[in-house]
Amino acid sequence: MNRPSDLPAQALTAVALTVNGRQVELHCAPAKRLAYALREELGLTGTKLGCDAGDCGACTVLVDGRQACACLMPVAQAAGRTVVTVEGLAPDGRLNRLQRAFLRHGAAQCGICTPGMLMAATDLLTRNPTPTEAEVRDALGGVLCRCTGYRKIIDAVLATATAESDAAPPAAGNAVGHRLPRLDGPAKVTGTEAFGADRAPAGALFLRVIRSPHPRARFTIGDLAAFCRSHPAVEGVITAADVPENSFAVFPTPKDQPVLADGHVRFRGEAVLGLIGEETAIRAIPAEAVPIAWEVLPALETPEQALAATGDWLHEFAPENVLCRGRVVRGDAHGALAGAAFTAEGEFRTGHVEHAYIEPEAGYAEVFDDGGRTRVRVWACTQTPYMDKEEVARVLRLAPADVQVVPSAIGGGFGGKLDVSVQPLLAVAAWKMRRPVRMVYTRAESMVSTTKRHPARIRARLGCDRNGHLVAVDFAGDFNTGAYASWGSTVANRVPVHASGPYAVPNVRALTRAVFTHNAIAGAFRGFGVPQACIATEALMDDLAMQCGQDRLAFRLRNALRAGGVTATGQTLTASVGMARCLEVLAPAWQGALDAVGVRNQAAAGTPLRHGAGIACMWYGIGNTVIANPSTMTIGLNRRGRFMLYNGAQEIGQGTYTIMPQIAADALGVPVTLIDQIHGDTDRTEDAGKSSASRQTFVSGNAARLAALDLRRRLCEMIGLTPAAALELDGTTLVGREAGVVRRLEIGALATDARGDVASGRGTFNPPTVPLDADGQGVPYATYGFAAQIAEVEVDVELGTVRVLHVHAAHDVGRAINPTLVEGQIHGGIAQGLGLALMEEYVSGRTDNLHDYLIPTAGDIPPITTFIVEDPEPIAPYGAKGVGEPALIATAPAIFGAIRHATGVRVDTAPCTPDRLLRLLRGGAR
Amino acid sequence: MMRARYLQPGSLPEALAALDGGGTILAGGTDFHPARDARAAAEDIIDITRIPELRRIEAGTHAVRIGATVTWSDVAAASLPPAFDGLKAAAREVGGAQIQNVGTVAGNLCNASPAADGVPALLALDARVELASRAGTRSISLAQFLLGPRRTARAPDELVTAVIVPAWPPGARGSFLKLGHRRYLVISIAMVSAVVACDATGRVTRAAVAVGACSAVARRLPALEARLPGMPGTAAPESVQASDLDVLAPIDDVRGTAEYRIEAARVLVRRALAQVVA
Ligand SMILES: Cc1cc2nc3c(=O)[nH]c(=O)nc-3n(C[C@H](O)[C@H](O)[C@H](O)COP(=O)(O)OP(=O)(O)OC[C@H]3O[C@@H](n4cnc5c(N)ncnc54)[C@H](O)[C@@H]3O)c2cc1C
Ligand code: FES
Ligand code: FES
Repeated sequence: MNRPSDLPAQALTAVALTVNGRQVELHCAPAKRLAYALREELGLTGTKLGCDAGDCGACTVLVDGRQACACLMPVAQAAGRTVVTVEGLAPDGRLNRLQRAFLRHGAAQCGICTPGMLMAATDLLTRNPTPTEAEVRDALGGVLCRCTGYRKIIDAVLATATAESDAAPPAAGNAVGHRLPRLDGPAKVTGTEAFGADRAPAGALFLRVIRSPHPRARFTIGDLAAFCRSHPAVEGVITAADVPENSFAVFPTPKDQPVLADGHVRFRGEAVLGLIGEETAIRAIPAEAVPIAWEVLPALETPEQALAATGDWLHEFAPENVLCRGRVVRGDAHGALAGAAFTAEGEFRTGHVEHAYIEPEAGYAEVFDDGGRTRVRVWACTQTPYMDKEEVARVLRLAPADVQVVPSAIGGGFGGKLDVSVQPLLAVAAWKMRRPVRMVYTRAESMVSTTKRHPARIRARLGCDRNGHLVAVDFAGDFNTGAYASWGSTVANRVPVHASGPYAVPNVRALTRAVFTHNAIAGAFRGFGVPQACIATEALMDDLAMQCGQDRLAFRLRNALRAGGVTATGQTLTASVGMARCLEVLAPAWQGALDAVGVRNQAAAGTPLRHGAGIACMWYGIGNTVIANPSTMTIGLNRRGRFMLYNGAQEIGQGTYTIMPQIAADALGVPVTLIDQIHGDTDRTEDAGKSSASRQTFVSGNAARLAALDLRRRLCEMIGLTPAAALELDGTTLVGREAGVVRRLEIGALATDARGDVASGRGTFNPPTVPLDADGQGVPYATYGFAAQIAEVEVDVELGTVRVLHVHAAHDVGRAINPTLVEGQIHGGIAQGLGLALMEEYVSGRTDNLHDYLIPTAGDIPPITTFIVEDPEPIAPYGAKGVGEPALIATAPAIFGAIRHATGVRVDTAPCTPDRLLRLLRGGAR
Repeated sequence: MMRARYLQPGSLPEALAALDGGGTILAGGTDFHPARDARAAAEDIIDITRIPELRRIEAGTHAVRIGATVTWSDVAAASLPPAFDGLKAAAREVGGAQIQNVGTVAGNLCNASPAADGVPALLALDARVELASRAGTRSISLAQFLLGPRRTARAPDELVTAVIVPAWPPGARGSFLKLGHRRYLVISIAMVSAVVACDATGRVTRAAVAVGACSAVARRLPALEARLPGMPGTAAPESVQASDLDVLAPIDDVRGTAEYRIEAARVLVRRALAQVVA
């Protein structure tokens, strides 16, 4: 047995172990943790690091057959033992049964948790090939997934015990609507997918950022030269003085956030200074050793304080600390409420919510010579490579063309990677050092420095007439936008449009403010404020239904927007308004849930358990609120007889890498298996905008369809047929058929363009909208998604705990391009909605890790029944609208409605933690 | 700075010799590593996982001896008397499977977190802690061992070699209830363990109840324990009084308010008792 006794813990030693069936000898410090040894010494980057603390399970490997966190095990403990990583599951390149089941079921979305999930499941299946669902949950309970809601992972593990097999790929013309396994799936289940931390040029330096420990302070940096002399590991330092243009932001104005703070910090965790050198040595330097003198100032901790702080503005451009006001006014809400038969009102609050993607931000930057031109390349996890390119160019004062952004695979985003994080820091460091520089945020750094969901305080009043028709909504919401603008204006503008819910309401007054405070920056998070608003208004819908003595579903159905209906912004919805249909398909499940509640409550008589069912509706405008958000796609046919889709629609786990080819294939009329892709490299793809606002399927999908149709037209022309002809490829022969005529064209020797294509097509789409006037009247979105969800819960009234037993979700997605991916979005959204409802609250400085900040585990997500409603949108590709954000919006209000049904108390604060609920049950205030 | 070494003793005497020179003990590392950020340890690391005799559970007639490197998974899989059902339930509630596979019972006690799940279960079992150093071996009660948050009675040169549970009457049963915000991987808001023995007529002969995460160190409930003997087991749950919890001193934190903790603890005590007398 190998015993590196008496060896310095950090000195190199030889450690022999078996990895994936191979005897290996590692030369590293015995105390080095296995995860790092696997990744750095053996290049086995399939083992991921999400927290470095045992909290996420992304690093799970098998040690002597049993699952263990590789981030917690010193390499010396693995000596003489057998380690299996994800790379060991398909040693000959052939996927095993479990991996294939993961692909079939869509069990991997972003894929960052997938290696850990596979290893945990392998441990179980080797000992127990036919586990129960409870056994699967127990085995997977230590691996967090933020994307899938776990259901498809559990299904995939259970499916390994069945005879289920892979389906054939769809035939030409049948790709849309097919449950095509995700095309980037194999890389995700074998561990070869490269995420932000998985790649860097040889010899790259490491950048560590020193951050403010104070929410508000002035600071001066001391003698850095002396500091560097006493810390020889420091090869370079960057400060605000090294940033050519020290400001960025997602919108053109205000560019309010510095890359590195310049003498003044506005939130805890703000970047102040960067140390550059070898990773271990740089990380070992105590932050206190860096010469920074702080003058701590009193912080404005809440919107109430910030609004009352006369003359004390976070930013000069925002007097009163208000970043932005949103306003939608139609009719006379106050007048209508005065005359309403029934009214309901309330005040509701939600807290900071962290995206908690399992991949902390990471990437590298390098300066390179491109045929005599000095350019900067940034590799990073991002939802928006094109914005990154502009931001990096701006910060370095370069032309955008001098910057190349190559997005890594992204281990979850949910809006949190819609702002730049590592990108400008890396670019500034690499530019200064003229050497490649990499960085990986620690979990704490990721949590403290990146954006959050806006905490909201909402006051709303709803009124209806005697028959239960809504007459007015009066809504006022303050959203705590934190220290910098980020996406605050988007929230302030989107919420009023949606504040009256998916209902026909003649009188609406909806006002919002995004308020600056010295809190964490609030930015984009799945739903841009609409989930918070929905919690308030759906609770009041229940109030009105009860006052009218109507069933909660029937009351909503009575008021549902329908085709021909007019929204609060005066927009007439002409088509694809599936709200009523969602409620209709849910009606049997609703009756079933109400019946089940009765039966369960009877069975639970004499116990502290109370059952309830709740329902909530939502609508969501697809794409930006009025602001242009075009996408462009190109596609070519090359001499090998294969199509190349230049797909700039960033894959973030939602499936753009799979959906775009499905759409393009059907537009061309060829099998999807003929399409290859270049994805997201800003040098090689055109701008397809951001993966935000649930826009990619609708907007980029349209661009992909138009590009494919454009190519089709050209090919038909080349072959001498009209665009109505059917095309196919017989090797390198293009075959066209039309009205009995068959034409053939050998393409193997045709001239090509610079990209190697013999012909190509291009498509651009920007959703048609009409700017909103001062009262918010106009056409903010070209189309909307609709949904209704039912939650069934069990409440323990002695402990205040809530268990969600089942969720039924009906979503009008226009058309499901890929039903498996649509369900995956819905499941994942529900899981995040459940977290928002019951457990998630970020408190800076106290929950900057994944054991104090709690997201749902495999044991917290109930069975989910999904109903996909397809009310096609005429201007969408094959009718398809988005589902990414709609997925979570109705969940929290449905759960709160169920809690109320079970206990009689209206939940007014999210999350509804056990202590809060117990206080409510005892009749206490918030 | 002294060059810290990584030591992997292969026997107990070797380990005690190493410890004599100072150093930090490392077992499963599930508390050790998260507490250490990215900084290199300045002390010798004494990894005790290569000492075969420490990885044993020995169930004798007078006591059950749980060796220092016995993991939570080992406990969950062991065949032990029903008095240990609470400890086994706790074993299945610590973190997730990958934490249970390497995390040790002894490590949980030595780490002395107020929210350590093993502590109430072992306090209720009347467990003792065996400590060894070059100078000799001693055994103290778990209550004496735990001094405060992150503080124990272990001397720097001592190794916890085992946790020893003196035998309970054969019919004694144990339970453990954990309250957290989610199903897995969760630090307890409060947890309760009860062990109760009854005679042939169903009357309580001996009872122990411990509450965790509601005071700096988990506490037994002496007033309640004194009341239960002689009482029909089935009456035990309803006999719980608010004043029984006066020994607790919970705090407000992100997981819950002090007020909530007390209320929840009382409910859990009642339910933990109901499980063992049913
Ligand atoms: C993700 C995660 C979830 C967790 N969940 C829970 C939970 O739900 N409930 C819970 O109670 N705990 C939990 N823990 C904490 C931890 O897993 C347990 O406390 C575990 O039992 C510690 O054992 P270990 O062997 O890993 O200890 P180590 O980390 O190796 O050691 C812990 C401490 O004890 C000392 N030590 C260890 N063994 C000895 C010995 N024999 N003699 C003297 N000193 C010793 C070490 O020096 C160190 O200070 C969790 C930890 C993680 C990372
Ligand atoms: S990285 Fe090991 S558990 Fe998160
Ligand atoms: S697929 Fe699980 S975290 Fe993304």
